Amino acid sequence: MSAAVIRTLGLGKTYQTAAGSFPALQGVDLSIGNGEFVAIMGPSGSGKSTFMNLLGCLDTPSSGDYFLVGRNVAHLGRDELAALRNRCIGFVFQGFNLLPRMSLEDNVALPLVYAGCRRDERRQRARRELARVGLAGYEGARPNQISGGQQQRVAIARALVNAPQLILADEPTGNLDSHTSAEIMGLFTDLNRQGISIVLVTHEADIAACAARQVRFRDGLLVSDEPTSRETPC
Amino acid sequence: MLKAMLGEAWQAMGANRLRSGLTMLGMVIGVGSVVLMLAIGQGAQYSVAQTISTMGSNLYIVISGSTSAGGLRSGSGGGPTLTIADAEAIAELDGVANVAPVQQGTQQLVHGPNNWSATVVGTTPPYLEARAWTLQSGYPFGDSDVRAATRVALIGQTAADNLFPNEDPLGQTVRIRQNPFVIIGVLARKGQNLDGRDQDDTLIIPLTTAQRKVFGNPFPGSVRMIMVQATSAEAMPAVEASMVALLRQRHRLREGQDNDFFLRNLAAAADSAAETTRVMSLLLGAIASVSLLVGGIGIMNIMLVSVTERTREIGIRMAIGARQRDILAQFLFEALMISVAGCLIGLFVGVGGALLTNALTDMVIVISGTSVLVSFAVAAGVGVFFGYYPARRAAALDPIEALRHQ
Repeated sequence: MSAAVIRTLGLGKTYQTAAGSFPALQGVDLSIGNGEFVAIMGPSGSGKSTFMNLLGCLDTPSSGDYFLVGRNVAHLGRDELAALRNRCIGFVFQGFNLLPRMSLEDNVALPLVYAGCRRDERRQRARRELARVGLAGYEGARPNQISGGQQQRVAIARALVNAPQLILADEPTGNLDSHTSAEIMGLFTDLNRQGISIVLVTHEADIAACAARQVRFRDGLLVSDEPTSRETPC
Repeated sequence: MLKAMLGEAWQAMGANRLRSGLTMLGMVIGVGSVVLMLAIGQGAQYSVAQTISTMGSNLYIVISGSTSAGGLRSGSGGGPTLTIADAEAIAELDGVANVAPVQQGTQQLVHGPNNWSATVVGTTPPYLEARAWTLQSGYPFGDSDVRAATRVALIGQTAADNLFPNEDPLGQTVRIRQNPFVIIGVLARKGQNLDGRDQDDTLIIPLTTAQRKVFGNPFPGSVRMIMVQATSAEAMPAVEASMVALLRQRHRLREGQDNDFFLRNLAAAADSAAETTRVMSLLLGAIASVSLLVGGIGIMNIMLVSVTERTREIGIRMAIGARQRDILAQFLFEALMISVAGCLIGLFVGVGGALLTNALTDMVIVISGTSVLVSFAVAAGVGVFFGYYPARRAAALDPIEALRHQ
């Protein structure tokens, strides 16, 4: 299992609410190998967002273990988790989440600031990633000057800039029209072919179809885990 | 990393110019008023020190006084208890630098068509030295003038200006009670004394001449007061003790009998004046510091608003790998930048205000490097102190909650 990017063992998360404890996620065992493209599906309240937060090291589990690139990260502190997010994981959000005051280049370079890179290296790598997602020449633009699809490309460039092994995408096409969605999914497929593992949360079947493997959650439990049946390239 | 963060802090400040500017204004007013108040306070201290130094240092004044006759006690200067012989005896004591018996009073001075009322001081040559008084022109009278009771005079600047508006007083004649005095020296300007009296409105003449021709003296050999200068501040207590003992012995005062003279320590008066201005400048500084504090609270307030507004941004930064200390540093930098920028402008405003005060009034102002440095350091401290709590709040945000924040 050493090739696994992600391995969870009995992963669970319980929230304490005023009405008592609420188990959002219970006993999830899942292993995702290096270079896999996995879609996570499920209705809202199924626990898929909780699971993504745990995978993204944004939260710590109440029970179970989580091995990220072979290392158990279930009990790490906040700053160690931040370092992991910085180096091992690239995030792509539904709402793009770019910083509006910064140029695209600075947005893409931001993870490198926290990684402690020098200015010229940050600049060079940010430009390279912008070019990789097809936005060369837009370095100085602001996020509000480009389209939603372009913004999501910038977000993907930012996720890629520190060369992570894993990209976590939370409904990346949720705010985009179908044509742009297809473009973004094409970009993800390309990146996956280059060897980057991708975990994608979606509730749209045709988006999930791009992934090679589909995992379904319901009521905090992992209910199905199967390869994508159709052979249609997306 | 540091440079990137400073750049971001600068951007954040520029993103909301009006707000940053108003927040900064709080610091500008705070630092400006501290600098201005310190300048005025130190100026007051300086001018008091100047006044004290014109008085002459380490001075005692012994005043003849308090005789009791049948239960009736006169006040100071009430009886002719001090004599010129007392003065000569005091001069022999250890630690005494200068002794000058003084007889003074206000007299009408007349020169041609001009007349002017001034303080006439009858004394001996050591008086000038004791009061550290120099001559602007001419020369002082000597012991022989005192012995011979010559009619010579040294004139102060104010009296000279009024009696001789358009001519050099040197060599001219001034009449006091019909007695002509030849002016042989013009005194250098001294300014006001601690009581606010003009020290230059004066005419100094030999003691003997003053007693015989000007004031008249029913008790030959007596004198109203004696000015005594100790060699140093350290010698003053010893001089005081031996002077009191000497005078009591010379005046044949029995044990338990009150002194028939008064001793005034001018150094003590000077100290208390200096202390008063010191307290005043401390008070000014303290009041100004309150506005600095208010400025600091303004920074804290605006930083808290900023943290709330930028919760989502904080979440994004955390998601892509910002550690808690990165977020803390970012907001601290912003607070620090506002306070330091405000402080710099405040320094200019304060110094400008002080210079303006100096130009528009005759108030003395002193801008010391220390006060500027101190207010700068305090302002930076205020930025860190009041920026810390909001920055801490930002850093403690939960990344998931922060990301979800709209």
